Amino acid sequence: MAELNISERQVGDVTVLDMDGKITIGEGSVALRTAIRRLLEENKKKILLNLAKVGYIDSSGIGELVSSYTAINNVANGGGQLKLLNLTQKLQDLLTITKLLTVFDVYESEEEALASFK
Amino acid sequence: MTTNVILETSDLKFPSRIEAVAEAAAAVSDFMNHLGISEEVAFGVDMAVREAITNAVVHGNKLDAAKVVELRLRNTPEAFEITVHDQGTGFNPNDVPDPTKEENILKASGRGIFFMRNFMDEVDWSIGPNGGTNVRMVKRL
Repeated sequence: MAELNISERQVGDVTVLDMDGKITIGEGSVALRTAIRRLLEENKKKILLNLAKVGYIDSSGIGELVSSYTAINNVANGGGQLKLLNLTQKLQDLLTITKLLTVFDVYESEEEALASFK
Repeated sequence: MTTNVILETSDLKFPSRIEAVAEAAAAVSDFMNHLGISEEVAFGVDMAVREAITNAVVHGNKLDAAKVVELRLRNTPEAFEITVHDQGTGFNPNDVPDPTKEENILKASGRGIFFMRNFMDEVDWSIGPNGGTNVRMVKRL
């Protein structure tokens, strides 16, 4: 089984990536990077990452979330939006101590998250 | 009678490849399970070990298959100590920028040492007798 499984679904103009597994150095981080690059190439720029089933993330995985955020927000890429849904308590703690919780737009309800996209 | 008695020790070697991170973490997890270390403490130690092994494999040994990473685990009644040794040229941890500063917050890397310091009670670096970097991390029990 892959370290990180990513399932894609489209809700209106928002692409939801349901992620299951670990976002760690190597396979997990690469899987996330590949998925985000592909969405940008397909001009899908409103992206919601559902992290409910991400049980583990390391500094490389957090770095990949930051890279995804900056790539999607990049005006050169058309200025999209990346939002996070259903953080586990551990991931929320890691984003708090790294001060990234204030950078990301984070939601506990998918309905609210979807409604927040402009 | 000393209270600093070493109860258990384990010495392991890993090749310099990314898979070593998960292999080392699994070995540390087994060691902690054997010692009955709490889940909360184990989470932080696991995080720190993964970051230390990543640094040793990627930055120290630069993924050179001819070089190894050594992991030593020791526990005393008071603490759990982990030492990671690589065969790299060393670095000054004080040169690593604070990833929580505003100018660094959107950088894609540079959080590993921050996590090690955050999750362990003591973290220090030294040069080994035959070169390479030693990082010693202590979690008080």
